Amino acid sequence: MIGLSHYLVVAAILFTIGVFGIFVNRKNIIVILMSIELILLAVNINLVAFSVFLHDVVGQIFAMFVLTVAAAEAAVGLAILVTFFRNRGDIAVDDASVMKG
Amino acid sequence: MTFAANFSLVLPEVILGASALVLLVWGAFHGKVTPLYTGAAVLALLAAAAAAVVGPHGHAFNGVYAADAAATYAKVAIYGFSALAIVLGDRWLAARGDQKFEYAVLVVLSALGMGVTASAGDLISLYVGVELQSLALYVLAAFRRDDAKSSEAGLKYFVLGALSSGLLLYGASLIYGFAGSTRFEDIAAAAHGTHGVGLLFGLVFLLCGLAFKVSAAPFHMWTPDVYEGAPTPVVGFFAAAPKLAAMMMFARVLGDAFPDSVAQWRQILVITSLASVFVGAFAGLAQNNLKRLWAYSSIANVGYALLGVATGGETGLHSMLLFMTLYMVDVTGFFACLQALSRDGKPMETIEDMAGLVKHRPGVAVAMTAFSLSALGMPPFSGFWAKFYVFGAAMGSGDVLLQWAAVLGLVGSVVAAFYYLRLIKAMWFDAAEGGVDKPQPIARAVGFVAAAFSFPVVLVALIWLDPAARAAAAAFGHA
Repeated sequence: MIGLSHYLVVAAILFTIGVFGIFVNRKNIIVILMSIELILLAVNINLVAFSVFLHDVVGQIFAMFVLTVAAAEAAVGLAILVTFFRNRGDIAVDDASVMKG
Repeated sequence: MTFAANFSLVLPEVILGASALVLLVWGAFHGKVTPLYTGAAVLALLAAAAAAVVGPHGHAFNGVYAADAAATYAKVAIYGFSALAIVLGDRWLAARGDQKFEYAVLVVLSALGMGVTASAGDLISLYVGVELQSLALYVLAAFRRDDAKSSEAGLKYFVLGALSSGLLLYGASLIYGFAGSTRFEDIAAAAHGTHGVGLLFGLVFLLCGLAFKVSAAPFHMWTPDVYEGAPTPVVGFFAAAPKLAAMMMFARVLGDAFPDSVAQWRQILVITSLASVFVGAFAGLAQNNLKRLWAYSSIANVGYALLGVATGGETGLHSMLLFMTLYMVDVTGFFACLQALSRDGKPMETIEDMAGLVKHRPGVAVAMTAFSLSALGMPPFSGFWAKFYVFGAAMGSGDVLLQWAAVLGLVGSVVAAFYYLRLIKAMWFDAAEGGVDKPQPIARAVGFVAAAFSFPVVLVALIWLDPAARAAAAAFGHA
């Protein structure tokens, strides 16, 4: 029988992969965008799993909001990425630092 | 509650949302930024602030949205400073031929997001508000799209901001799961007495996400780069209104949803607060660029405000609200002065650029001296009163941890004094490098008014700011 904890563990693993994807991967911004999606989807798994086990629909409504905002976030992120690419000619982050830090 | 009654409670945000849409369509069809267009955006923000002041208090849409004294206080400050940011940014962009109608729309949308977070009574409204605010701010940071630094600032802000939203959201999902509800009122009831590991985990993630938003150490690394790269008036905006909005989120989450878990969150906040104060003080020593320097200064100041939140209760939140208000005036004035100054058409952004400023632009130099002394906490400037309230609240709390934190915070502000005094020394005693262009009149006027507020107007203003902030602080915990 698959219980709540199984879903939570899957979500936690996905979340961790997403966070590490941002910090460990220092080469490609597209991969960073994918990692951000992974984090948000991990949260959605959490929300829907809790929603089912609590018999409360609010979690699923929250998940809908997260999906919508994630789409907007990806749009804004890609738009900024395009201006960045136009100015620099590439999207590699490892040496992408006009500013230090 | 009827729909009309709910609607009257959210009227300030409805005004802003409708104005943003109208401005967007107007701008898209008209294309040019006219004084009428900018004036309409400013008027919309001021109308929303007025609606927040005269509007009724209460909880709308089943407690999802709280219109109380705290929300009113924050909204007046947020909308007012956003209106100022539109005026300052419009002039600055016009001087560079980079004027676009989207600027006003984005500021109005981010102000709308900040207003929603300041009124949040539920995790969903908190999240939607914070995202609306952040998405507009990412674009504002990258607003000069032909400038490599600006787009890099936008990209860095976006990546780390999205990560922080993810942390915040993960925390929110855990809190929802273990408390059984997303409403702050129900979370407070669920957290009362019991402190399950799940709930605590969720709270920690949520606090990490919020610390990112407010640029508190150890989640501050985006701040210096974003401040350096973003356009100067946008930085002035970043450093003021969104900071207050993020502190309001701390107050909402901790004061409304976790009022009984003080022992659990106080240590986290004290550590973050002290880390911010010391990172701000020590890392600032090595900075030469004034925008970077003020980024570290803002990290340190957020640390003091967090000490007020950590104290908690009415006195703690009162001190935090007052601190943030006084800090917002200072930082807006400083960046107004910075954007007013240029040499041969180039912005003056380093400490060396400021050498001998007093000979060429004595008024601006005196104003910037006032802001530096205020940020350093020198009496009788407003920064002193801000710190006075925060340290007073921490000392009076009777908690040894907070008292030691206040003492260490004081040490941190002594360290930070070095870089503020270095700027003052450069302006007053170093040899001038060359002429300074005629300052932009509006930015200079804002700088002068803010400097006059820093001292002596603050002494009069505190007479009504103090009770207003006290009434606002008393509103927390009644979700």
